[in-house]
Amino acid sequence: MTSALLRLSGITKSYPGVRANDDVSFEIAPGEIHALLGENGAGKSTLVKAIYGLVKPDAGQMTLNGERYVPAEPRAARAAGVAMVFQHFSLFEALSVAENVSLGMEDPPPRRRLAARIREVSQAYGLPLEPDRLVGDLSVGGRQRVEIIRCLLQNPRLLIMDEPTSVLTPQEVDTLFTTLRKLSAECTAILYISHKLEEIRALCDAATILRHGKVVGECVPAARSAREMAEMMVGTDLTPPERSETRPGAVMLEARALTLPAATQFATPLREVSFAVRTGEILGIGGVAGNGQDELMAVLTGETRAPAGTLLLGGEDIALAGPSDRRAMGLRTAPEERLGHAAAPDMSLTENMLLTSGAAEGLLSRGFVRWAAAREAAEKVIETFDVRTPGPAVAARALSGGNLQKFVVGREVVQSPPVFVVNQPTWGVDAAAAATIRQALMTLAATGSAVVVVSQDLDELLEIATWFAAMNEGTLSVPRRVATLSLEEIGLMLGGGERPGNGPEAPPDATPPRTQAAEAARAQA
Amino acid sequence: MLRLEKRPQPSRLWTALTPILAVLATMVAGGLLFAALGKNPVEAIRVIFFDPLFNDQVASFARPQILVKAGPLILIAIGLSMGFRAGIWNIGAEGQYIMGAIFGAAVGLALYPMDHALIFPLMVVAGALGGWLWAMIPAILKIAFRTNEILVSLLLVYVAEQILASAALDLLRNPDGGGFPGSRDLSEWDTASNLELIAGSGMHWGVVTAFIAVIAAYVMLSRHILGVHLRLAGQAPRAARFAGVRPGMVVFLCFTVSGVLAGLAGLFEVTGPAGQISIDFNVGYGFTAIIVAFLGRLNPIGILLAGLLMALTYIGGELAQFMLGLPAAAIQAFQGMLLFFLLALDMLSNYRFRLVTREAV
Amino acid sequence: MSPELLIDALIIAATPILLAAIGELVTEKSGVLNLGVEGMMIVGAICGFAVAIESGSPALGFAGAALGGAALSLIFGVLTQYLLSNQVATGLALTLFGLGFSAMIGQGYVGVVPPATPKLDFGPLTDIPFVGPVLFNHDLMVYVGIAIVAGVWATLRYTRAGMILRAVGENHDAAHALGYKVIRIRLLAIAFGGACAGLGGAYLSLVRVPQWTEGMTAGAGWIALALVVFASWKPWRIVIGAWLFGGITVLQLNLQVAGVKVPVELLSMSPYLITILVLVLISSDRRRASLSAPAELGRVFHAAG
Repeated sequence: MTSALLRLSGITKSYPGVRANDDVSFEIAPGEIHALLGENGAGKSTLVKAIYGLVKPDAGQMTLNGERYVPAEPRAARAAGVAMVFQHFSLFEALSVAENVSLGMEDPPPRRRLAARIREVSQAYGLPLEPDRLVGDLSVGGRQRVEIIRCLLQNPRLLIMDEPTSVLTPQEVDTLFTTLRKLSAECTAILYISHKLEEIRALCDAATILRHGKVVGECVPAARSAREMAEMMVGTDLTPPERSETRPGAVMLEARALTLPAATQFATPLREVSFAVRTGEILGIGGVAGNGQDELMAVLTGETRAPAGTLLLGGEDIALAGPSDRRAMGLRTAPEERLGHAAAPDMSLTENMLLTSGAAEGLLSRGFVRWAAAREAAEKVIETFDVRTPGPAVAARALSGGNLQKFVVGREVVQSPPVFVVNQPTWGVDAAAAATIRQALMTLAATGSAVVVVSQDLDELLEIATWFAAMNEGTLSVPRRVATLSLEEIGLMLGGGERPGNGPEAPPDATPPRTQAAEAARAQA
Repeated sequence: MLRLEKRPQPSRLWTALTPILAVLATMVAGGLLFAALGKNPVEAIRVIFFDPLFNDQVASFARPQILVKAGPLILIAIGLSMGFRAGIWNIGAEGQYIMGAIFGAAVGLALYPMDHALIFPLMVVAGALGGWLWAMIPAILKIAFRTNEILVSLLLVYVAEQILASAALDLLRNPDGGGFPGSRDLSEWDTASNLELIAGSGMHWGVVTAFIAVIAAYVMLSRHILGVHLRLAGQAPRAARFAGVRPGMVVFLCFTVSGVLAGLAGLFEVTGPAGQISIDFNVGYGFTAIIVAFLGRLNPIGILLAGLLMALTYIGGELAQFMLGLPAAAIQAFQGMLLFFLLALDMLSNYRFRLVTREAV
Repeated sequence: MSPELLIDALIIAATPILLAAIGELVTEKSGVLNLGVEGMMIVGAICGFAVAIESGSPALGFAGAALGGAALSLIFGVLTQYLLSNQVATGLALTLFGLGFSAMIGQGYVGVVPPATPKLDFGPLTDIPFVGPVLFNHDLMVYVGIAIVAGVWATLRYTRAGMILRAVGENHDAAHALGYKVIRIRLLAIAFGGACAGLGGAYLSLVRVPQWTEGMTAGAGWIALALVVFASWKPWRIVIGAWLFGGITVLQLNLQVAGVKVPVELLSMSPYLITILVLVLISSDRRRASLSAPAELGRVFHAAG
């Protein structure tokens, strides 16, 4: 077939101990929307980095438009017509939108012309952007628009998108798909990386499925069921976690109109956040990244102090208590960032036990560390949660993401805390580990703990949570029972259509027009 | 093509090996430096590293001097290493050393010529207090205003030097000194002197304190939760806050330890080897101790060895100055070079080189 | 003393730290914290001094100083950028090494008088009352210093190169992902900082003092570092800060000469104390302090993959 735009044959790339890509071959036709599907760690990122010139494959060949394609660096890739929107945006917060766009171009036009071009393209594709605004002031969706426009200004023949929807509301996803379809119609091919099957079925013309670095299947997504594709991706049958019915008990953790100003320029202030979690229940807090989840999490862990009287644990005011005091009182937490926050990268797992366990757990006596006890405690977590590691003496950074996540969640869960708060419990974790973690959270609630799960993965929240609430611009919607929620209602909650005190100060791009449904949902609540 | 790649975890072997390699590399590079100055490199290295210990003519004088010089270096470096582990950079130990000496000497001189067993202990407490107070300035400014502690602690060295000048010329000047600058000679006043405890060993109270500090630091770092918290604060500040370690507390603790130890070093120096407060009382121990701390891998036992080695280069340097006419500054450059090589080789413990063969792509 | 002479003395006192600070500003804008300014300055001081004596030309002296400072800074560059060493420790090592190294090569130059650095000839302009002596009666380096500040300001603000430099200091991973050579850009910024510090040092030994003595920078490099913080990483504020500092220095020297009833030591320590005070004032303004500092300042960059 000579009509292929990009053809990969036998791409292989090894890292120490891992073969990230193993003899990967597939092709993309002009204007095709091609999905690259696989679990975290399946080798998708390495592969697209190779196409974009960030990684040199050990073996294999690529051709672009029938010619040998060996991009030595991203610059060469861009010159050949390959553009990429990163999952973790390659943006500069302290620089303006126009400067950010300019930095991603080979021959940027002069300032004023560039600003005009940005306005032009953003209108043509329905991606509103102000060239002079600082990127740090934009919402996550806005930042993604900067990345996309940066790519589009170069008229690419192939646009690579790495997990683009993980940071968007359902409404924003629809807008993005419209843009992508329009591009496809204009003969721009799109390589779409995702593990969200429904999206791929809705959008993509073809799919290549990777597992452990190898191509394990190709298909036309619309012709397959999500379950079929999932089983190709994971390689085993999937069993959803068991949901056991428990009777809710007393309120354990409560936030009362918690308000906190933003600590830095680019942070989100918390505005009158209120919720209550009872024993036996899981409160799922959803929302697009950057809407105040991190700030809320910091208040719950005790790293940031809240105003007195706004946070109660079992009826006692803990707003001013530090992390250690809260743990002693029965509130345990696991932050999102595994390395550097929940665990110290260069310390051993045994030492990492000491971050959240102390005298009460028998690891300290008069301030002196009981190393043998700490090692045993680490071994218990490793065993209970099936953490794959040679032993507790290994440094945290040597563990894979999924295994470390099992460790930092397990470290708290083994203590059966009365209240457990976790942020993004399965972010970047393979399906098997994610299932383990979700099951552990549900079991914890079933045995009488109150659990709060903050996550951007809606499917996850709907699967495990009893109540759902969404964060938007630092406010939290009124929690609703998951069982009674429709997807449309959730979308509105995420977009801020339904929230207490929806003020006029919200920027227009973050607030979709209020619909009747939103009003109805509001009345129901 | 060689590529640098992060090790899954730090290599213990290389952590121990790099200081030794750094010393060897410095010997080679230092030899070249000395050769450039027209000296016989082999002889220079021999005079610096071996003669103080093994040359019969000088060893009897030089050997005790090693402990005399190593004492303050180890004492200060132990204090600094706590902060360096926690990412708190007190580089103004020289100033804290000066203030410790001034405070201690001032208390002693105020009581001159009384004779009481408690005078010397009182001076020790005053010395520790002087160093601590001086260290509290950058500490409190950092805690309250987030002012950069590196710059403040360093700038305070120059302020302390002015205070030292003022003390030597005016405030603490010897009234019986015939108008010459400098205080009374404390080492000649039995009540307040810090002399050799064992004749010919160089061992004085400062050296004893240094050994105690090494042991205490070792126990704290390896057995106590404070040691874990210090490392945590340095390696992963967010994880430290998550664990409940208060950043302000870490700053306070690190500056307290390093200030007190530097102050003590100053006090033991002014009552012993130096004898008096004079304009040129400080000779840079506070800065050389930074090299000692790094050379010792911020590990108490390592610092003990590094302090002895660095003291050796001081004595050897003086010897080379005397025997070969090697400039005094050369040894300072030599010590700086040692730190360079150490830092350069340091990555071997966290990274490894891999040979990457490029296949046709 | 007449105000013209005071201003002249002020500018001469300000120029060394102005040069060193603007160089460090560029280095820090690229995300690198080089604490070795003191060491690079003093190596510049002796290199400039030695070259000027040997060649008889102050201009060649300044060129030599820039080269010397840049060469020393590249040691720092290689260590921190290629060997990924800790920037704080490496900067300190640079200072310690520089002090020793300069004292070593400077041995033969103690007490020697360097060739005079001439003032630029502006012809009749110099004779304009007040304006002439204040604006048109300096040596070349004073104007070079101002020109470097203007150049840095214009480059950072208006050119693509300046934008790339800021981008590297703001987010090195993103810059790398876009294909910019982070390490190469940083090495250039480090070398520029070293060259400027070298010039500043040579201005001390060739113009301000003019003589060579060991450790003659006496903390000027650290004050230059503080000046960058004071200036909130904005080039023109470096000039204001340097002149303020120069003013304080000249004032306390004049008070010493005038025999005011304040201890000499108190006057001598005043520049350091005032620098600390200014640092406190700047850093206590939390919002501003966090806004203007380059986001990657002092962080190690290691491209994975």
